[in-house]
Amino acid sequence: MTTPATLPVTSNSDVVLVRQHVRTVAVDVGLSLVDQTKVVTAASELARNALVYAGGGRVRVEIVHNGIRRGLRLTFSDDGPGIPDIERALTDGWTTGGGLGLGLSGSRRLVDEFDVRSAPGEGTLITVTKWAR
Amino acid sequence: MDRVPVLKLGDILIVSIQIDLQDQSVLALQEDLADQVVATGARGVIIDITAVEIVDSFIGRMLATIAAISRMLDADTVVVGMRPAVAITLVELGLSLGGVRTALNLEKGVALLNHLEGSKIASVTR
Ligand SMILES: Nc1ncnc2c1ncn2[C@@H]1O[C@H](COP(=O)(O)OP(=O)(O)O)[C@@H](O)[C@H]1O
Ligand SMILES: [Mg+2]
Repeated sequence: MTTPATLPVTSNSDVVLVRQHVRTVAVDVGLSLVDQTKVVTAASELARNALVYAGGGRVRVEIVHNGIRRGLRLTFSDDGPGIPDIERALTDGWTTGGGLGLGLSGSRRLVDEFDVRSAPGEGTLITVTKWAR
Repeated sequence: MDRVPVLKLGDILIVSIQIDLQDQSVLALQEDLADQVVATGARGVIIDITAVEIVDSFIGRMLATIAAISRMLDADTVVVGMRPAVAITLVELGLSLGGVRTALNLEKGVALLNHLEGSKIASVTR
């Protein structure tokens, strides 16, 4: 698959495919093994959230540049119910779905840049970037 | 959906996760293991994650749940072979897996289970 690519997140097996594609591109970008592991883990969390809380969504996977630095950017979007209180959703342990409540807060710690846009009834857009060191 | 085989070796159940599991397979494994611990009366469970490239909060919770279930069924669980990058990521994600015993590899996992069983017997006869 080429980059940028947009992958669907509409089933549990899509979540696996997202992890695998993100890993491939993370290697291409030149991320260290630990950073690959971090960004794939964040991708898994965010893809699962789109599936579970929004009934599905998609992720755009692209390589970005900042001077000579290369990075991997993932943009998750869905047309689900949105997140009413983003601050609270980003708190460790906060869950409305019986999870561990670490998907959003933990993913934020695993990447270099993390941005959430969401409002009730307007879906959710989450952009994360991991830069090669 | 892929199903992970559960092997029985003496009174230890061994599970080796070799592929990238989707969530239903993770849940199925959790149920299979609980059933098997009861059915076999196993005293130990070893989950080998040597081949596992990431552990997210879903798999992390499965590991903790299996450990908790088997504890209630009088068995010990040891997770073996966690890659360093996985361990680093798990801690940063916020999952310390405090209740889960770990060992570097299968051999050390078996030794740990034998040791745990030994101290159980010792504390009964003491
Ligand atoms: N894409 C999304 N759409 C709607 N709500 C979401 C989305 N992602 C996360 N949330 C909300 O944020 C909460 C926290 O998410 P997360 O940190 O991943 O923990 P968990 O999935 O374990 O609940 C969820 O329980 C849910 O209420
Ligand atoms: Mg989540």
